[in-house]
Parts: sequence; C-alpha cells; structure tokens
Amino acid sequence: MPFLRDQPIDLAPLVARVISPDRGGIACFLGVVRDHHEDRRVARLEYSAYEAMAEAECARVVAEAEAKWDVRVALEHRVGRLEIGDVAVAIAAAAPHRDAAFMACRFVIEQVKRRVPIWKREHYADGTVAWVAPRAAPPGTEPLAGAAADAPPVPEHSGHTDWGV
Amino acid sequence: MTVSAGSTVTVRVLLFASYAEAAGQPSLTLTLPAPATVASVLRLLRSQTSGARLPERPLCAVNLAHARLDTPVASGDEIAILPPLSGG
Repeated sequence: MPFLRDQPIDLAPLVARVISPDRGGIACFLGVVRDHHEDRRVARLEYSAYEAMAEAECARVVAEAEAKWDVRVALEHRVGRLEIGDVAVAIAAAAPHRDAAFMACRFVIEQVKRRVPIWKREHYADGTVAWVAPRAAPPGTEPLAGAAADAPPVPEHSGHTDWGV
Repeated sequence: MTVSAGSTVTVRVLLFASYAEAAGQPSLTLTLPAPATVASVLRLLRSQTSGARLPERPLCAVNLAHARLDTPVASGDEIAILPPLSGG
C-alpha cells in the first residue's frame, strides 16, 4: 500500500489492515489540520513531498517499529490541498498488549515528523502564504526511550528557516 | 573502485518546497571532480545562482536515503537538498 494519499484519509481501513485475533491492543493517531498557527488564523494548507523518498522513508519507519516491538503498523500521510479538520496523517498500531501498541504508534509519528520529506505550506485567513518551519519535538520524545537508539540517525542540520517565502 | 585523475562525477540535484522556489527550479545536473561528496555538491551548488542562498548544513539525501555531508556520491546518483521537514 502506498503511504502517501492525495484523497481523504479514513482510519477504518488502516485498522482493518492491522487487526487480528492475537492482537488485543490497537493504538491509533490522527493528525488533523488546525485552524491556527501560533497567532495566525489558517484557512487551508498544502502538503508537498519528495514522493519517492517519502514512500521509502515511511517504509523504513514502519519496518523499524515492527522490528522493535511485536506490532503491525499501518500509516498514511496526505499530500495536496487540505482544509481545516482534514486528517493529515493516520497511524494504526496493533500489538498483543497495549504498551507496545502505544509505544510503536508514538515512535512512528515522531519519526515521520523527523525523517519523512514532506513540506507544509499554510494559507492564512489574511491571504498570505508561508512554508512552515518545524517545531521542536516535545520534551522526552527525542530520542524516544528505547526506540531511537538503533534507528538510523537523521543528520544534524542547521536552522535555516529564513528560506521561507 | 579506483578513481583516475581528471575523472568527473555527474549527478542530478533535486530541490524542494522553499528551496525550489528560491532557486527558481526544482532540479539541475551538476558535474564535479571525482571523488565527490555531498559537501562538494553543496559547494558547487552554492557557487551558482540557484544555490546561492542555501544554508550552511541543509538536510540532504542520496538515492532516497538521508545522507551526511561526507557521504560519497557517484555518477548517476540523485542528490536531494531538503528544506526543514514539516510533515506529520
């Protein structure tokens, strides 16, 4: 299954791909388009991707999660134009018990944000447009305890947010 | 692999999002002396109009995988210069 989608994401098919009788815990995450960025009102946004690498990197992230925990993971990320409330990213992680499901789900979203080449362009209510600079990962997520140590490192890069248009 | 004196490496360079807009183009082909690394591709790119505003250490990929500045590059490789990621 491709990881990138240019059509609305529905969580149910992702759950259907990972559910099985021996897996009693399924953790899901949905990232949804917010109506504001800091103090600015967002009208809509567009996601663009380096598609070939984004597919490869999503596959690597899922494979790492499935190697790290006894878990099956489904992942989809939108590209194209999204409106407020649209699902931008969806993850379903199924494990025999809830701990592994939650950990794998958290690992996948954090790694997607750090590693998968996708860019968000926000259109604001005042008519202006900007490429979005990433926010720092929340405290305690980088590195993820027990998860990131054996993941391939993303090379350090300097802050360079002044390329915004 | 032996590298003969005077040989060159030709790579395809992809730019995305804000970098493609700033450069005015999404891709270009560069030829540089062998042996070459990601850093030498960036140096050459910065000397041209399309890369003049590139940051010191942009995130880069070689053949669809994250790479470091010292990652070697060979003819036919696809080098991508990635603006700060904002998926998820």
